[in-house]
Amino acid sequence: MNPSAGSSQPAITYLNHETTVGSWLLTRDHKRIGVMFLVLVILALLLGGVFAMVLRIELLTPGPTIISAMTYNRMFTLHGVTMVWLFMIPAIPSAFGNFVLPIMLGAKDVAFPRLNLASVYIYVAGAGLTLFGMLWSGADTGWTFYTPYSTTSPTAVAPILLGVFIIGFSTIITGLNFITTVHTLRAPGMHWSRIPLFVWALYGTSVIQVVATPVLGMVLLLVFFERVFGVGLFDPARGGDPVLFQHMFWFYSHPAVYIMVLPAMGVITEVVCAFSRKNIFGYKMIAASTFGIAFVGFFSWGHHMFVSGQSTFGSGVFGVLSMLVAIFTAIKIFNWVATMYGGSIDLRVPLLYVLGFIFLLVFGGMTGVAVATTSLDVHWHDTYFIVAHFHYIMVGAVLMAFLAALHYWWPKMFGRVYPERWSFLAASTIIFGFIVTFLPQFLLGNLGMPRRYYQYPAELQWLNVLSTAGASLLAFGFTLIGVYLLWSLRYGRVSTANPWGSSGYEWYSGSPPAPHNFTEAPRFEREVHDYTVPEAPRVY
Amino acid sequence: MTPGEDSLAGTVEELFRRVLFLPEQASTVAKDVDHLHYVIITTAMVAATVIFGTAAYFLIRFRRRSETEVTRRVEGTLVWEVLFVGVPLSTFLVWFFVGYHDFIRMQTPPPDAMDVYVVGKQWMWQFTHPEGPNSIGVLRVPVGKPVRLLLTSRDVIHSFYVPAFRIKQDALPGAYTQTWFEVTKPGSYRVMCAEYCGLKHSEMWAEVQALSPEDYEAWMQEQRRGLVSRRDASPSAPEREEPHKPARQAASYDAQNPHGEVMYGERGTLAERGERVAAERGCLKCHTVDGTAHIGPTWLGLYGRRERLTTGETVVADEAYLTESMMKPGARLVEGFEPVMPSYLGELEAAEVAALVEYIKTLRGARLETIRSEGPVYEPIGGK
Repeated sequence: MNPSAGSSQPAITYLNHETTVGSWLLTRDHKRIGVMFLVLVILALLLGGVFAMVLRIELLTPGPTIISAMTYNRMFTLHGVTMVWLFMIPAIPSAFGNFVLPIMLGAKDVAFPRLNLASVYIYVAGAGLTLFGMLWSGADTGWTFYTPYSTTSPTAVAPILLGVFIIGFSTIITGLNFITTVHTLRAPGMHWSRIPLFVWALYGTSVIQVVATPVLGMVLLLVFFERVFGVGLFDPARGGDPVLFQHMFWFYSHPAVYIMVLPAMGVITEVVCAFSRKNIFGYKMIAASTFGIAFVGFFSWGHHMFVSGQSTFGSGVFGVLSMLVAIFTAIKIFNWVATMYGGSIDLRVPLLYVLGFIFLLVFGGMTGVAVATTSLDVHWHDTYFIVAHFHYIMVGAVLMAFLAALHYWWPKMFGRVYPERWSFLAASTIIFGFIVTFLPQFLLGNLGMPRRYYQYPAELQWLNVLSTAGASLLAFGFTLIGVYLLWSLRYGRVSTANPWGSSGYEWYSGSPPAPHNFTEAPRFEREVHDYTVPEAPRVY
Repeated sequence: MTPGEDSLAGTVEELFRRVLFLPEQASTVAKDVDHLHYVIITTAMVAATVIFGTAAYFLIRFRRRSETEVTRRVEGTLVWEVLFVGVPLSTFLVWFFVGYHDFIRMQTPPPDAMDVYVVGKQWMWQFTHPEGPNSIGVLRVPVGKPVRLLLTSRDVIHSFYVPAFRIKQDALPGAYTQTWFEVTKPGSYRVMCAEYCGLKHSEMWAEVQALSPEDYEAWMQEQRRGLVSRRDASPSAPEREEPHKPARQAASYDAQNPHGEVMYGERGTLAERGERVAAERGCLKCHTVDGTAHIGPTWLGLYGRRERLTTGETVVADEAYLTESMMKPGARLVEGFEPVMPSYLGELEAAEVAALVEYIKTLRGARLETIRSEGPVYEPIGGK
């Protein structure tokens, strides 16, 4: 390892300066809050994963297999709700963002530490209410809650709507906190043009969170009122319009895809630089494309509604705007690959996940442009092609980046190194498993299998079996990761301050960092990810 | 093009279709839609190969050789920026224009299309021909003639999907949407509901039976004879209940059983039925059919008329507007009338709505005006 690194590890860290349960539950330390979120989102991932496995097992045969149609309908709803709102939206910003964003900026904490703590409990309250709804009777509307089905379904839609509504506030608070922190708490020397690209990604995400999430809150409340008080906004018999719901829902939920994907892209940028030992090829291009996605993402919601009776011209406009998102994504992909040029590349597990990420993003992105092409989407809309597409681009991207971040920052967070060989095995299994799970679903969509189907034509069985086989590989990979990471917390090799020799700004602090991140004021004199000198950055 | 080249192109096409697991191409638009699909998938594969080839080369060429290696600072120049944006942008725009061109065609029914009313309800599809016959689970159409479907739903949102035709259209409660197709070869094609609609969403199947024009005409004649004889024999006989047979059963592919259930419960053509419905449901208390003004606008010459609304806008009274006026009477009110009409959503069977619309369509004034459409979506069609 690098000779200068590891020399000045702080003896007192955020993990050992206070160890009571109360000191965790009432902490205002962004690092502890990040760790708590990490635990919470991993639990959510586990729950959503169990739902997914039940779905995949049910789909092994064309007819009923292990559960009834009603249970199946609830199961895919709960899978979607859990994965989207309890895992993917908070996963990277609330867990890793909270942990590294202030350190990257040279700050002691986020701008509003108390609000930050509140965001944990708001999340817990919302998640609790959602879980209560699931256990009570479970909604069967799909995670999209389309009216008028959601306003008439006999299941417990109301508590789940309220739960998601509450979780929205947690998201908004995190977004506000990040924006304010970036504006007010940058250390001396941290110019706008030096801010790490992960922070830019979180900034762009935060803007979407603050602007779009209230719309979700509004529309969920409206559905709630419609169910409980019967106000008739979405009921055509009383002059309402069921399609209005779709417009309002997607006005949030389309940008929400970028709430999930932008932080993931930020992680990838950091990891590519650190393991290629190279500055990013196009700093301004990546930063600008982040805001391009955040902006255009607000004007492409109508591509979910090409066959809903929306005007032909409107569909065309939404189609072409959606393609712009793919342009910005392409810019990022080209830049990541170009960053590797002239580097000193060490293919470690985080970088392996980056390769998986790029693979999924290329195919997810290309199929995204394909479904934005109006004439083709008519055939694909609401089929398994869409399911495969968004699992590639949204779920695949978030999962790959989440795992890359988890491994890259594991020594930073806990001061231990994960076992290299096991992690390689797990990473390969997960990337391969993911492709095997969702590639057959593209073909199922081409064949015309609609999504949310409990029963399907018998000739589609073998593709479904293949998909389930891939899903079990995924389950195996995740179990493996869970086991070796828990093992490494106690028995893993103790990490040096900068095990990767990275010159990302978060490595200016110890691993794990001191309670207030730095033991003396850090000076950011080098560019971020500057590898033109052999020394790793000093640890403050 | 020589026959040899033609068959080669055909083989390549067939290869693409099979590799991509696409269903058979049974409508006039299917081939065009698929061609773009092949182009996009090929481009995606080429792009992915280039990206991963480059990445793999870099991974090997620039692998880490020592732990203290330093690297040169490399930054993108304007040329790269232009390339990174320009190449995907121009490719995507070409796809967009080709796709949008096809999409407009798919959204615009030809003027000589025949109409069929489609009603989705949990969990079956009902098809009603203006000439009278209606059936659950089986839509009979002639090959080689464009068919316009006017879709609505009786409960939640459904979506009418025929994979072999590459068409899909949501059926909304309280509104009419439309789509069209022209079948190219006789056969039966699977219809599925593609918008999640509850417990038996995955069983909401039907089938399109494409008959040769002669067979279709023969079938229609037979239906008409049946309808007429029923009307003449027992004009006041009670209407038969619709059999509540699950759609999937009705759409079974058993050659021994006749496909689907054709119902004779309703007498006469749709327009004749509409006349009855109008009388029974009290429509005629407020609307006249002879052109005199009353509580509501007269129905004479209403279809295709340009109506001035209370908001000052004008609207063409087409199928969509007439339906909306029954379901959401207050939404777009004609100038000079009070908002006194009650909503008939849930009151009228969707087939009754279709019957009323067809009835109004027969009440043409003396001179037939050419209808100007407001957009491609709800283009009213004059003749049948």
